[in-house]
Amino acid sequence: MFRLKGVKAKGILSITDLTIPAKRITCIVGESGSGKTTLLRLLNQLDSPDEGEIWLNQRLSSELDPIPWRREAVMVPQATITFKGTIRDNLQIGLSFAGKPEASDERLKEALHLACLEKDLEQNAEELSGGEKQRLALARAIVMNPMVLLLDEPTSALDEDTADTVMQRLTAFMRENGKTLVMITHSRHIADTYADFVIEMKDGTGRRGRTGGVYSEWNH
Amino acid sequence: MNGTIDLLFWQLAAAYLFVILLIVIVRIKGIPREKEILIGAVRMTLQLILVGYLLVYVFGNAHPAYTLLLVAIMLAFSIRTVINGTKRKLSKALKQSIALSMTSGILVSLVYFIFIVLQLAPWYEPRYVIPIAGMIVGNSMTGVALGVNSLIEGMHGQKDKVEAALMLGATPRMAAREIVNQSFDSAMLPTINSMVGMGIVFLPGMMTGQILSGTSPIVAVEYQIAIMLGIVGSVSLSVILFVQLGYRTFFNRRSQLEL
Repeated sequence: MFRLKGVKAKGILSITDLTIPAKRITCIVGESGSGKTTLLRLLNQLDSPDEGEIWLNQRLSSELDPIPWRREAVMVPQATITFKGTIRDNLQIGLSFAGKPEASDERLKEALHLACLEKDLEQNAEELSGGEKQRLALARAIVMNPMVLLLDEPTSALDEDTADTVMQRLTAFMRENGKTLVMITHSRHIADTYADFVIEMKDGTGRRGRTGGVYSEWNH
Repeated sequence: MNGTIDLLFWQLAAAYLFVILLIVIVRIKGIPREKEILIGAVRMTLQLILVGYLLVYVFGNAHPAYTLLLVAIMLAFSIRTVINGTKRKLSKALKQSIALSMTSGILVSLVYFIFIVLQLAPWYEPRYVIPIAGMIVGNSMTGVALGVNSLIEGMHGQKDKVEAALMLGATPRMAAREIVNQSFDSAMLPTINSMVGMGIVFLPGMMTGQILSGTSPIVAVEYQIAIMLGIVGSVSLSVILFVQLGYRTFFNRRSQLEL
């Protein structure tokens, strides 16, 4: 799905060669400031590398128009952002950016269920708590039905049980639909339980291993 | 003659008392603005005295070159004032957007006003063109300055939101739409408010001046309505051009936010 070769970015990231496989669940772990978010932003084309090449789905990133790409590899940032309006408006906004037809209520509720947010579609999004806004942002990305989801600590504002349920539902959905999930997490439990692959970021370099394999080097 | 000068002197003295009062207030409040207020007051005084003499000469020797030169100087100064009036450092592209939008917005409105509304003959008659250009340029400058600040603060303050929209595949235009609309709104508000309050809350300076100089209030009102509409046109044109050009300068060719 993704391949990075000789990539340098923002003076933090320095990756010699890294592949992130398609249709798999990959967790990015590592200390703060190790370049996890920078890596995710490169995959979303929200930033460009200073050096090196990135292939997105077998195509060189510099040759791809970033906007359609972002609609297929949707990123959800760590900062919980809501847009003006109701929960429904927030869920539809990605589709409206892409000029796609609105999703049915059924599909919106399905996305809310996946994100463990059982709320009325007409509720004002501003009224939600931090954790609820985080789940709304996740549901917003799911509604777009993209090929890839890039999540920056999607459960950081959630309690352990809710985080676990969200992850269970989300990973099952991604696997069933043959989609690629790349997510940053600080939770060893999440990486351990749900990831097919783990990338450990250390001093701006990324190393990929199968779940378990990397943990000998990952001491938290 | 001496009486008039004495009267002006005391009026000025009273006005400067307000400036001193303002300086005292900001000093008590601990707002570090004394220098700017003082420089502003001194510059205003010197500039107006100079312009008074200059206008006497230009009015007495009407020539298209003088009129055009004065309009160009006003325009250049207003652009400089807007660019230097922002707290953050502006990118080159943003400065260009300010210059381009103010130049085209102001000139289009001014040309329309002189040739279509007033139908001045000769078109360069400085007694009309200079004060009208002054009002149009001054109001557009205030509007664009507000728009610039609102756009910059919006882009910085709502960076996360703009990027969250980009991450979902929004175009820069969609991602910045809310900020662009807010900027347009805050830039236009003073002009709209001054239209609403005109004649009731205050009597506009140009109309007052005309009445004092003996013109019939009805004629003065006609001019005031026309100039107010000209100002609205110029401010809105300059501001809309600015926000449309301006927001683009915050994004690079890869549709990435660059602050």
